[in-house]
Amino acid sequence: MEFFHKVTRFPFMNTRKVWYGLSAFLIIGSLALVGIRGLNLGIDFTGGVVIETGFPQAPNIEGLRAALTGAGIASAQVQAFGSSRDILVRLPPDLSANGAQAGAHILEVFHGMDPGVKLLRTEVVGPQVGQELFTKGAWALFATLVLIAFYVLVRFTPKLAVGAILAVLHDPICVLGFFAVTQMTFDLTAISAVLAVIGYSLNDTVIVFDRVRERARNARKLTIAQVIDESINQTLSRTLMTKLVTLLVVVALLIFGGETLHGFSAALVIGILAGTYSSIYISAAIALDFGLRTDDLLERKLTNPQEVDGLP
Amino acid sequence: MIAYARWKIALVALAVALGILLAVPNLFGEQAALQLARDRAEVLPGDRASLERLLADKGVADAGAFLDQGRLTLRFASTQDQLKARDLINDAYPHDYTIALSQASRVPEWMRNLGLNPLKLGLDLRGGVYLVYQVDVAGAVRQLLDHYEQDFRASLRNARVPYQDVLVDYPGYRVQVLFRDADGFAKGKEAILAESRNVTFTDTTVGGLPALQLALGAAQIKERQDYAVQQNIVILRNRLNSPELAVSEPQVARQGLDQIAIQLPGLQNSAEVKKILGKTATLEFRMVDETDNPVEAATSGHAPLGSKLYYTRDKQPVLLKREVVVTGDQLTDATFQPNTQDGAAVSVSLDSRGASKMLKNTQENIGHLMAVVFIDRSREKNADGVDVDRVTEEVINRATIRGVFSNSFQITGVNPIEGRELALLLRAGGLAAPLSAVEERAIGPSLGQDNIDKGVDAMVFGMLGAFLFMGIYYKVFGIIADVVLVANVVLLTALLSLVGVALTLPGIAGVVLTVGMAVDANILIYERIREELRNGISPRAAITAGFERAFSAIADSNVTAFIAGLVLWLLGTGAVRGFAEVLVLGIATSMFTSVMGSRVLVQLIYGGKRKVERLSI
Repeated sequence: MEFFHKVTRFPFMNTRKVWYGLSAFLIIGSLALVGIRGLNLGIDFTGGVVIETGFPQAPNIEGLRAALTGAGIASAQVQAFGSSRDILVRLPPDLSANGAQAGAHILEVFHGMDPGVKLLRTEVVGPQVGQELFTKGAWALFATLVLIAFYVLVRFTPKLAVGAILAVLHDPICVLGFFAVTQMTFDLTAISAVLAVIGYSLNDTVIVFDRVRERARNARKLTIAQVIDESINQTLSRTLMTKLVTLLVVVALLIFGGETLHGFSAALVIGILAGTYSSIYISAAIALDFGLRTDDLLERKLTNPQEVDGLP
Repeated sequence: MIAYARWKIALVALAVALGILLAVPNLFGEQAALQLARDRAEVLPGDRASLERLLADKGVADAGAFLDQGRLTLRFASTQDQLKARDLINDAYPHDYTIALSQASRVPEWMRNLGLNPLKLGLDLRGGVYLVYQVDVAGAVRQLLDHYEQDFRASLRNARVPYQDVLVDYPGYRVQVLFRDADGFAKGKEAILAESRNVTFTDTTVGGLPALQLALGAAQIKERQDYAVQQNIVILRNRLNSPELAVSEPQVARQGLDQIAIQLPGLQNSAEVKKILGKTATLEFRMVDETDNPVEAATSGHAPLGSKLYYTRDKQPVLLKREVVVTGDQLTDATFQPNTQDGAAVSVSLDSRGASKMLKNTQENIGHLMAVVFIDRSREKNADGVDVDRVTEEVINRATIRGVFSNSFQITGVNPIEGRELALLLRAGGLAAPLSAVEERAIGPSLGQDNIDKGVDAMVFGMLGAFLFMGIYYKVFGIIADVVLVANVVLLTALLSLVGVALTLPGIAGVVLTVGMAVDANILIYERIREELRNGISPRAAITAGFERAFSAIADSNVTAFIAGLVLWLLGTGAVRGFAEVLVLGIATSMFTSVMGSRVLVQLIYGGKRKVERLSI
C-alpha cells in the first residue's frame, strides 16, 4: 500500500504568502486568546489544594457545592474528573495554609452526602513553590529553544536556523492558544509535552533541510525556490506518514490515558499538528525570505562563506 | 548477497539478549510482603534466619525473603498470611523491628543476587505520600550571625572592655563591633580573637569610630546553608525510621538549593507524616551519676535523689545528674574529625555562655563521665483530641573528661560511623533550621492501580494501532518495524530497570511517545528505500542506500528531541522528571533498534539471497 505513488508537485514556495497569513492568524489569535481569556493554570503553578474523591454513585455536583458553601468553604471549585463518580475539588492558595486539614474537612462534608465516598488523591502546593515551578518551566522552555537553535546553527546555515526557530516557536504558541480556548488545565505535564513537541516538531524541519542541502548540491541548475519545493515534496510522504503514526499513538494516549494525562496528550496532539504544518509550510519559506541561496548550502570547506556572499 | 558486518549482527543479538534478561524480572508480578527495619541499625542475615524459622514453625512460612540496604523483605502467598506473620513477629520480638506492609516482586532470589530487579514504580502508580520541605537557609545564616554577636558581646564583657555597640547586618552578612576609641579597639580585638578562633576579621571604621568587622564570605554562607539542609535531611531520615511511621523504602533527597523531597510509598495520611516529621530536636550535656547503679534504678523505676534515669540508643539504662551543664542552643558547631591523636573525634564549639559553664564544670570534674542527651519534641493529639507534647530523650554519647576546656573541645572514643552521625545529631540539636512543608501530594493505592491500568491500556492500543498501520502500509518491512518496536520496548524496560528510574504515569506516556518516535526512524528509512526504488535502483542497492542516507536525517531529528528531553531531565522534578528520563533513554534505545536492529532483520531476510527481485515494502 502506498499513498504517494508519484512525487507530488505542490508549489509551496509560490503560495507561501497564504501560509504566512494563516500562521500570523494562528499566532496572533493564540496570543490574543491567552491575553484575553488567560490560561487555566493548574495548582502546580498557582499553588492551592486539589482533592480527588471517588463516590460509589454519581453525586449531584450542585448538591456538593451547596454543602461545601454551607460548611464555609465557598471558594471551592467542584467538578467531575474523568467520570461522573470522581469529583475533583480545588481550593485557592489562600485556603491552603493547612492543605491536608482542608482536605479532611472537605471529605467530612462529602461523607455526610454519601458515606461511601473515598479520598483518592490530595495535592497541596504552596504559592511560592507554584511560582518557582512556573519560573523553572519558563526557563526549561527558553533553554531548550536556545540549545536547539545552537544545534541547527552548527548543523546548517544561519538562514536555515532562523527558519527552523521561527517555525518551532510557532508550535508552542498554538498549543497555548488551544489551552486558552478550551480552558483545559495547564500544568507541569502540559509544559513537558510542549517541550517534547518542540524537540519533536523540529524533526520534520530538519529532515526537509537535510534534503534541501542534499538537492542543492546535486541539482545546481535549479533555483533555490525550486530546490526547496522539490525537497518538501520529496519528503512529504515521510513527513505525513511519521506524523500519522505518532498521532495514532498519541490519540490512544488521549483516549485511554485517563484524566491525569488529558492535558499532556492534548498538548502533544495539537503540538504535533502545528509542528507538521510549520515544518512543511513555514520553516523553509522563512529561510528563503531571509535570502537563502544555493551557495549557502554548498560544502563550506571549498569556499569561505564571506567570499561567497560577496559574489554577484 | 548484501554486505553487512557480522559484528553488527552479533552486537544486536547480544543487546537484545541482555535486554530480555534485564527486562525479565518485570514479568514475575507482586505479592503481599512485610518490610522489616531496625531502629538505626541493619537487619542481619542471622535475624532473617531466626525470623523465617519462627514463621515456618507457626505455619505461615514466607514465600521468599531478601535483605536490601539493611531492610528485610518477606513475601507471603496471601494477605492473611502477611497479617498473621506481622502479628507473630510483633509478639515474638516486641520493639525490635519496625514492620511495614508492602508489596514485593516475586523475582527469585538468584536473580536478585545477580542485580536483576524489576522496574520501580513511582508514587503516582503505587500510591503514597510525596512531601517537599523548604529549609529556612536564610534563617540558618541569621542564626550564625546572632551567635557571633552574642559571643563578641560576652568576650568584651568578660574582658571588661568598653565598647559602643555590636551591629548585625543580615543582608550584608556581617557583624560589626564598634569601639569608642583606638585603645578600646586594640584591647577588644585581643579579647575577641582570644575566644573566637577560626574567624577572620577586618579592621574598619563605622561613622568615624574604629570597628572590627566580621563578614561571611560566599563560601561560608554556602557552607552554612548546606549544613542546614544536610542536617535536616539526617533528622528527617532518623524520624522516618521511627516505629510510628512504619514505611517501606522511604526516600529523602535534597532538591535544589534549599528543599528536601521525601517519598513515602504506601502511606496515605500526609497530615500524620507531617506531624511526626515536624518535631524539633535539641540536646543537653549532663554529668553521669557514677555512684548509683542504673540497672537497679531501671528495675525499680526510681532514680536516686538528684539523678534522672535515661536510656542509651541500645536501651542501656544510664543515670545522669539533674543539673544541665550546657544546652543545645549554646552549641555553635560540631564537626567530625576522622584523624586526631586519639583516633576519630567530634569537635564541638560552644558560645561564650556555654563556654564559661563548661570551663567551670570541667575544672571540677576531670576524670568523670559526661553524657550528651538528644531530645526530640513533637506535638501530637491524644485520645481526647488535645495537643500534647511528646518528648523522646536518649543518651547518644558518654565520654570521660580528660582536661579543662571551655568553648571548644573534642569528644573522642567514637568510631568513624558513629562520629559522623554524632556530629550531625549535635548540630541538629543545636541549630536545626526551621522546616516548612511547601508541597504535598498523596495518592491512594486504588488511584495508583487505576493509573497503571490506564497507562497500560494507552500503551497497548497505541502500539496495536502503530503495528497494524506499519504491517499494512509497509508489508514485510512493516512487520520488521513491528518486531523492532517490541525490541525497543524490551530494551527500554531493561534500561529503566537497570538504571533504577522509577516509572510514573507521565513516564508511561513517555514510553508511548517513544514508540511513536521509534516508528519515525523506520518510516524515514523505508520511504527512502521506496524513493530509491522509484529512481530505478536495484532492490539490493536501495536497501543499502536507504539505510545509509536516512541515517543523517534520523540522527539530526533525534538530537533535537534529545536536547529537549535532557533540559527537562535537568530542570524537572517529580512527574516531569519521570517523563524526561523515559524520553531520553527511549530516544537512545530507539535509535539503536530502528537503525541497527531493523538493518539486521532486513539482512537476515534478504541478505543471504543471491538475487533479490523485489522488496515487500
